[in-house]
Amino acid sequence: MAEKILMKGNEAIAISAIRNGADGYFGYPITPQSEVMETLMKERPWLTTGMVVLQAESETSSINMVYGGACCGKKVMTSSSSPGISLMCEGLSYLAGAELPCVVVNCQRGGPGLGTIQPSQSDYNQCVKGGGHGDYNAIVLAPASAQDMYDFVDWGFDLAFKYRTPVIILADGIVGQMMEKVELRPEKPRMTKEELLKVAPWATTGKTADRPYNVITSLALESDVQEKFNQKLAAKYEVIRENEVKYEEYMTEDAEYLFVAFGCSSRICEAVVDQLREQGVKAGLLRPVTLFPFPTKRLQELSSQVKSMMTIELNLGQMVDDVRLAVNGACPVGFYGRQGGNIFTPDEIVDEFKKFNNLK
Amino acid sequence: MNIEDIKKPENIVYKKTPILTDNVMHYCPGCSHGTVHKLVAEVIEEMGIQEETIGISPVGCSVFAYNYLNVDWQQAAHGRAPALATATKRLNPEKYVFTYQGDGDLASIGTAEIIHACSRGENIVVIFINNGIYGMTGGQMAPTTLLGMKTATTPYGRDAKLNGFPLVLAPMIAQLDGTAYITRQSVHTAVAARKAKAAIRKAFEYSQKGIGLSFVEIVATCNSGWKMSPTAANKWMVENMFPKYPLGDIKDVLKQE
Repeated sequence: MAEKILMKGNEAIAISAIRNGADGYFGYPITPQSEVMETLMKERPWLTTGMVVLQAESETSSINMVYGGACCGKKVMTSSSSPGISLMCEGLSYLAGAELPCVVVNCQRGGPGLGTIQPSQSDYNQCVKGGGHGDYNAIVLAPASAQDMYDFVDWGFDLAFKYRTPVIILADGIVGQMMEKVELRPEKPRMTKEELLKVAPWATTGKTADRPYNVITSLALESDVQEKFNQKLAAKYEVIRENEVKYEEYMTEDAEYLFVAFGCSSRICEAVVDQLREQGVKAGLLRPVTLFPFPTKRLQELSSQVKSMMTIELNLGQMVDDVRLAVNGACPVGFYGRQGGNIFTPDEIVDEFKKFNNLK
Repeated sequence: MNIEDIKKPENIVYKKTPILTDNVMHYCPGCSHGTVHKLVAEVIEEMGIQEETIGISPVGCSVFAYNYLNVDWQQAAHGRAPALATATKRLNPEKYVFTYQGDGDLASIGTAEIIHACSRGENIVVIFINNGIYGMTGGQMAPTTLLGMKTATTPYGRDAKLNGFPLVLAPMIAQLDGTAYITRQSVHTAVAARKAKAAIRKAFEYSQKGIGLSFVEIVATCNSGWKMSPTAANKWMVENMFPKYPLGDIKDVLKQE
């Protein structure tokens, strides 16, 4: 029986990083995710696994430390919250442009600006559509529990190295702060030097006689070279869309009405589906687990089965655009959201659902 | 005597270090970068540390330093090289890690990164090229531009009231406990270049001693940006830059008094 420990989502990120062989974490304090670095500093993994943990002078610096570590082929990560992620967007663009693997956790809070410190999902567009300048995407994973936080670190690193791309774990203040039982999966050791050379022959590990020197750069200068690179990225994203979409369905088999919600909102929507089913309304839920790539095909399929869809988000309606694009007019798509750190109750959602669908 | 005779090993008195690639440099004739690149390359060769060296290039003219030195390179976002170097060195303590940055990169947009890398005592080498101007973007004012100096964004000369004062960084970071060696050099004469090379070598050696950051500022010319001939630029540098940025060691924690 695997060990289960009660911990916050943020603590799960830290413990998972250590147990899954992360080489380095570089961060800067910001609510509501400061427990990630606090936990790492308390655990002192440099004494056990050799993992480096460093508090940087800013989010700008921490993402660029991640860039430096990723250049070396190391499993490196950072975490922050919305305003900090804005600062990191320059670095994320460079990481995507240089095709470097890393994991970035965004424990979202309400915005814009300094905003609130309460939970929100208002960085969907920023993170799912790239965030920084230039044509690029990051793989975006949306955890809904402390267990997800634990599991997505390892999954994130796997995807990051498989595709040489930044991976964002798009969490929020609820998932980060909530305490839940977390099963500690078997540990993975850090990569050995030999493994690293095999996995990342492109990395700046020091020029040896058997290869030309490695350069990590996102600079092209010539339009044709840049365009070719952009198209290479596009081809990579197509493979990711083909192979890595992940979603969960709840009561969709006979559903006539579909909720679409990610992260903490999907947990609330499960209760909404239960409540509506008790009232005889055949509701179901699709929870995108990956936001990029998005479960477009599955939503297309479901659009011919259901009477309507409704996205439930802690923002002004961001993912709803992607659902509408997927459905392409095949069924009505509604939206209900709360903002600024406020959270909807199941009753509130049931009322809005009935209003949208003209049900009593 | 034909060319093959001349190329015989016994006739060779000088050889380009293999750490310099054969790529044609994009730098303007008269620019100091080529000389500094050569000095860094020679130090790497003489110390036998090609396999252990990781360079980090900035944004600016020397962004393409990675085309010229035969070591592994990372190309950083503007000003962020010390952050990359921090992680690279901490994750690979056995490596020699150096950044190569201009005055716009290091002393303007990258002040937070360099100051905190110094303050944390990162065991890295920083090569800082101070020519008082943004070369790559067409000769705009840099933080180190002298008062009265004309640039593309100070066409009537730098005015303290309008543009502030020149930023003299080396003495500032010399006050930080995390720095081990701070020196200011130039490469405008053979003697100066030899001294600069000795300083660069010392910086690389110090970076493996665990005593903190080593910083080699090179007061340099940008004759294109300054709109002067290379010779005139050297003269102008001696007369105008050196009084504000005097050459010599500013801090050396291992120096015997």
